[in-house]
Amino acid sequence: MELPQRVHVRTTINGQAQEFLVPPYMSLLDTIREIAGLTGTKEGCLDGNCGACTVSIDGRIVDSCLVLGAEVDGKSITTVEGLATAKGLHPLQQAFLEEAALQCGICTPGFLVAAKGLLDNEPDPSEERIRHWLAGNLCRCTGYDKIVRAVQKAATASH
Amino acid sequence: MVQTYEPKSDYKVVGTRPIRHDGLDKVTGRAVYGADVKVPGLIWGEVLRSPHAHARIKSIDTSAAEAAPGVYAVATNADFPDPRAGEIDSGEDVVNFERDTKNLLAKDKVLYKGHAVAAVAAVDRNTAIEATKLIKVEYELLKPVRNVDEAMAKGAPILMEDLVGDDLGEDVRNTNVARHFRHEFGEVEKGFADSDLVVERTFTLQMVHQGYIEPHNATAIWDESGHVTAWSSTQGMFAVRDQTAGMLRIPESQVTVYPVEIGGGFGGKTKVYLAPVAAILSKKSGGRPVKMIMDRNSVFEASGPAPGGKITVKMGVTKDGKIKACASDLRYEAGAFPGSAIGAGAICIYGCYNIPNSRIDGYDVVVNKPKSAAYRAPGSPQAAFAIEQVVDEICDQMNWDKIKFRLDNASREGTRRGDGVMFGKVGLIETLEAARDSDHWKTPLKPSTNGMLRGRGIASGYWMNGGGKSTVDLMLQDDGTVAMNEGSADIGGTRASIAMQVAEVLGLPAEAVHPFIPSTDSIGFTGTTGGSRTTYATGYAGWQAANKLVGEMSKRASVLWGIDPSDVKFAAGKFSSGSDPELSIGFKDLAARIGDTGGPITTTASVNLAAAGAAYGVHICDLEIDPDTGKTDVIRYTAVQDVGKAVHPSYVEGQIQGGVAQGIGWALNEEYFITDSGSMANHTFLDYRMPTSLDMPMIDTILVEVPNPLHPYGVRGVGEVPLAPPLPAVANAVKDATGKRILDLPIKPGRIIEAMGS
Ligand code: FES
Ligand code: FES
Repeated sequence: MELPQRVHVRTTINGQAQEFLVPPYMSLLDTIREIAGLTGTKEGCLDGNCGACTVSIDGRIVDSCLVLGAEVDGKSITTVEGLATAKGLHPLQQAFLEEAALQCGICTPGFLVAAKGLLDNEPDPSEERIRHWLAGNLCRCTGYDKIVRAVQKAATASH
Repeated sequence: MVQTYEPKSDYKVVGTRPIRHDGLDKVTGRAVYGADVKVPGLIWGEVLRSPHAHARIKSIDTSAAEAAPGVYAVATNADFPDPRAGEIDSGEDVVNFERDTKNLLAKDKVLYKGHAVAAVAAVDRNTAIEATKLIKVEYELLKPVRNVDEAMAKGAPILMEDLVGDDLGEDVRNTNVARHFRHEFGEVEKGFADSDLVVERTFTLQMVHQGYIEPHNATAIWDESGHVTAWSSTQGMFAVRDQTAGMLRIPESQVTVYPVEIGGGFGGKTKVYLAPVAAILSKKSGGRPVKMIMDRNSVFEASGPAPGGKITVKMGVTKDGKIKACASDLRYEAGAFPGSAIGAGAICIYGCYNIPNSRIDGYDVVVNKPKSAAYRAPGSPQAAFAIEQVVDEICDQMNWDKIKFRLDNASREGTRRGDGVMFGKVGLIETLEAARDSDHWKTPLKPSTNGMLRGRGIASGYWMNGGGKSTVDLMLQDDGTVAMNEGSADIGGTRASIAMQVAEVLGLPAEAVHPFIPSTDSIGFTGTTGGSRTTYATGYAGWQAANKLVGEMSKRASVLWGIDPSDVKFAAGKFSSGSDPELSIGFKDLAARIGDTGGPITTTASVNLAAAGAAYGVHICDLEIDPDTGKTDVIRYTAVQDVGKAVHPSYVEGQIQGGVAQGIGWALNEEYFITDSGSMANHTFLDYRMPTSLDMPMIDTILVEVPNPLHPYGVRGVGEVPLAPPLPAVANAVKDATGKRILDLPIKPGRIIEAMGS
């Protein structure tokens, strides 16, 4: 079998410099999951409508299923695995645990990365603002109530 | 004789809100879900699906796909061993493996758009997808049957030529009605004649999807020894084992299923779609592990939605506010193969009412849509949508208080359910009273200040809950903690709710019990996480195993002290002698001595619970409608539910809130929109449009605790009933807001505008 052509990509994932050869058609989601081996970022739809695959690229929230792996050369990516540090959990992670903001947990990585994108820029969002910001992330288990409360709690905790 | 328990009140762990044991893995991305499974040498499987809703397969040519670079194997239905025909009682479930194999890979006919026709295994996912396009299938198109009316019409195209329908016990051939049954008692016609008001309405409903965010997946190896090893996100690893073994015609002991985390199921992950196909591809690829992930379109088009259908309810009442008689006709879409939730729908439709003269007709109807599967209180939300609107209309016409009418006619201990079964101790009255006394119900709805139409609706719902088989193993560690193996898939917090019941018995904090879900070879049979059974039944097994552990430890204390075991008491985390107050040892200190008092302590308990405690919910919904566009926003929502005993109240609230969100979506805009050619037009999340965070208000919950006497801690299942009341609560609120009653789901903007114009 002929090997497909590949694209050379240098990127930073969760603060670590990484280098890959990716097939030109491969999504960033698959690049992160299959090549970088970070399976915390989830697949829900592959068409940009569920947010389970949310990562941040240079501080911007994106659905990684809609970006090609080949597009992130020179960029810096944060996934759910990059939220906790040696000092402990991110306040959002802690708040999600304390507020029972997850049931099955498949949507959780996407919500955490998306919510971090909000709190990094707006430390004190209203409920309406949180609901608006997170509207690109589907959760089918929780009805969003406890997710919104957890984000509110994390916002307060990080002041 | 069924064992019953007195209510208990002095809980230490049950009723608290510890951080769940599996939480850390799930907020850090470490938790391994089905798609995350990595096995050395992994290859990928992909499915070719039918573009037609109803067609005969004339030929399948797989040669080009097989010859394609990177392809290991191609499979079709012919690769299944000859299935056992007919219905088989697998001990858990009535199954029909012949039909199941035809659903996994079509045989002579495709019965819905998206029906799997062939599968390919290749070196990677992309190669597998491309190779499916090389398979040539010749179809002879047939007219699709799109709903129960078309299916039951004279001269309707027949889906399954070999189907023998059961019409009230008579065999029927050449039919799309797999089953028609009736429950009846009292004198229904006389009851209507004696009524002062009789209301009869017919409702239509469309299929809706469970909408779990994680697609179906499976990874399987069928090795040279004939053993199948599988990993799959599922509500029941034993169900995957038994269905895989049944379809591949190998003994269940030849299949090992490793459970992985499951990204939502709501009933939709109780049937397998991929594992047996992955196993066949593995075998044909020389025992390589094959991973398959269903794409989202296929999840919608080919994996179990909840039935749509048609329901007629006729209810008669007397002037004194009593229901005299009720007759209902429920026609549920099974999808492409028989087996809708019609049985449960018929059980649930009168679940909230004491009806002296009662008749229910149920029809299980095949149509050219995906085979339906369980969805949270399967069959009950549809039934609630119908009967709760009829009740609302009767109360409106008679000017009766909607809670008082429900209280006056409420099911209680000794009432006969529509199928004749007698209720045990149920908490509907307490739930209605809590709704009546709630801040929400007592606070009148303020009119809108910006021209919106506002309305309030109330509705109740019933689910019987399940018991069944469960196993829990406990191992005492010498540091005084306990390792717990249990067989139930944890779909949203049951590791915690089971471990907490064990901790309660042992006088330990929840964190000192470490839950683990091992493979099917490593724990006794445990039924699927479904029927709201897990915290009840597996928790019950945990309670028993913990009591056995206390018994074993008491023996060790007696060895230590040289006294009779019967003299050892256990209370508040301490073992002590009943006769000698000097003799006392804490749980942890005794755990450290197990080595020198007889060695390791493990206990196990398996239960098979015939009965469960039923659950009731009463929901209040306030909404606001834009009269120009028909767009509806829910602005306040309160869900009141009898939960028996909330083991972990946060997750009980979460179950209720999640069910409400699904119910609001079902009520207002979710549906399988079926085109003339019989295909689903809206098979993406974008077009199917489930509620987002922006569509939902906060959802208030009121947990009513009427202990279930069948469980030592009074636990009732809580997960399913919250999906039943939202559909009618929303519909009744729309009626209140607009003055128009909408009998067809979903109550979408166009329908509201149309109703308001009429
Ligand atoms: S997988 Fe990317 S948005 Fe759903
Ligand atoms: S917790 Fe299951 S989808 Fe959000």
